Amino acid sequence: MRGIFNKTLVDLARKDKRIFMVLADIGYGEIEPFAENFPERYYNVGVAEQNMTGIACGIAMEGNIAITYSIANFPTLRCLEQIRNDVCYHNANVKIVIIGGGVAYGPLGISHHSTEDIAIMRALPNMVVIAPSDLIEAEAAVTAMLEYNGPVYYRCGYKNEKNIHRGKIDFKIGKAIEITKGKDAAVIFTGTIGYNAKTAIDMLQTVGINCRLISMHTVKPIDADVIVKAAEETGYIITVEEHNLDGGLGSAVAEVLADTGNLNVKFKRIAFPNINISRIGSQEWLRGEYSMSAEAIAETIRNSLKGKGIR
Amino acid sequence: MPLNRLVGWINMKVESQLKRGINMGNSKDYKALAVKIRQHCIRMTNRGKSGHVGSMLSMADILTVLYGKILNVDPENPEWQERDRFILSKGHGGAAVYAALAEKGFFPTEWLDTYYMDNGKLSGHISHHIPGVEFSTGSLGHGLPVAVGMAVAARYAKSGYRIFCMMSDGDCNEGSTWEAIMFAAQHRLDNLTVIIDYNRIQALGHMEDVIEMEPFGKKLEDFGWAVKEIDGHNYDQIEESMRGLPLIKNKPSCILARTVKGKGVSSIENTVSCHYKYISDDKLDEALREVGKLQ
Repeated sequence: MRGIFNKTLVDLARKDKRIFMVLADIGYGEIEPFAENFPERYYNVGVAEQNMTGIACGIAMEGNIAITYSIANFPTLRCLEQIRNDVCYHNANVKIVIIGGGVAYGPLGISHHSTEDIAIMRALPNMVVIAPSDLIEAEAAVTAMLEYNGPVYYRCGYKNEKNIHRGKIDFKIGKAIEITKGKDAAVIFTGTIGYNAKTAIDMLQTVGINCRLISMHTVKPIDADVIVKAAEETGYIITVEEHNLDGGLGSAVAEVLADTGNLNVKFKRIAFPNINISRIGSQEWLRGEYSMSAEAIAETIRNSLKGKGIR
Repeated sequence: MPLNRLVGWINMKVESQLKRGINMGNSKDYKALAVKIRQHCIRMTNRGKSGHVGSMLSMADILTVLYGKILNVDPENPEWQERDRFILSKGHGGAAVYAALAEKGFFPTEWLDTYYMDNGKLSGHISHHIPGVEFSTGSLGHGLPVAVGMAVAARYAKSGYRIFCMMSDGDCNEGSTWEAIMFAAQHRLDNLTVIIDYNRIQALGHMEDVIEMEPFGKKLEDFGWAVKEIDGHNYDQIEESMRGLPLIKNKPSCILARTVKGKGVSSIENTVSCHYKYISDDKLDEALREVGKLQ
């Protein structure tokens, strides 16, 4: 996904001379085309994320679009106050891009996991939070992000993600995409874990359980209408995210349900159990260990639905 | 002419000059503006029962020269694209900038009465919601990276405006400040000038007891900056240092301005406590009189 992100960015930066990239010494093998094509708009600040964010903010305050870019937590938590006070308070046109949402960098350990980012970023006023699920969403999201004037957090995957969508999609910030139309339950996911959710839905379909599958690529502003409709039409909502339980997609969906009075709907969150993951392994292995393989997601959904009287 | 009328006449002259955006001519004009800034700060913090008056008095003379002569800004058009950018990184001293902006005609001086008040216009730390304020700060270590970004953008746009950033001693403890110092030198940002309000007192003590920066000027030179050390209360030195910017071509400039925290009010000068305490009602008149006599 980082490949498609960088390629799309270069394509757009050819046309829009306001686009700057401000890096903190991360991006080997990916960012070179931008650096080579637009040297006057490319800055590697060195290993200095606070400065990266402040500089990006200053560049953006002068009518440009500045992209900060680094691994997992580096461009968010290390410089959180710069994001809050400088970028968000001034509504500066800064796009914060992380590579490796969730446990994409699994074997590298917790310093390189991003499992609280959605909660923290969505708590910031003015911040838009996007987590594309596949390469098709990733490409569309770059365009949408750059067309949007204001701070955006873009949770990029790492590499070799499989596509969930087929062909073109209608990607709009704040508008979820309904992928399948089932009525037994609605499975709402964000980010690249979506492929496992999709596979789980396909498995369930073979045993007669028809789930609605929704990609909530924008966690903030969240598409409340789609959630309410899903609650009313299915009575059962399951959220799936590669993130800790607290404050992420599941929390955001729960807030919508509570705020809109949909308190009778059944609700289940699939996420990491609010821990620091000290175990190491590949992304897919870690997902499996924490009940986020396709099989485990299917199992959880099936068990949840038993109470609803469905097989 | 009685003294009060004379002061009034000078004030009127300064006011009309400032509002027309005409440069100030001599140190008498500076004095009049500096007195106003100091008196506003003393009154604002007294009314708000708020802190940081020492930090405000410390930089009042530098602000006087900046807004009196150096900064290319237009009160009638605060967002004029070619304006010089001024960022106050030591946002806790914002009342002094508010005072300078009000005297310059960016907004009515009556707004100063609302500083720190319920539903007031002016917050304790500087806010970009106020005309003439470029950027909001309050947490130290934020101003310089943003100023650096603006300098990058100005160079990219081939624009001639300059970027000024006023910093405090405490600001220079922050790692982010040094990240920006290194970057600015690496990229030869000579459209950027930092002014350090070097009063040598930070929030909990004197620098020699907290984090000693000396030899400060040499440190900055070693980091690739052009540095000029001046007396931050001497108008001639302040003006002269800012006339020939950049100090050295292809280097960012730093004016290391030696100042006195609480300058002008002898009872609080050079004390740690003036970072916190306002000048109380019983000492107010005396303090206002005293700052009126400076230079």
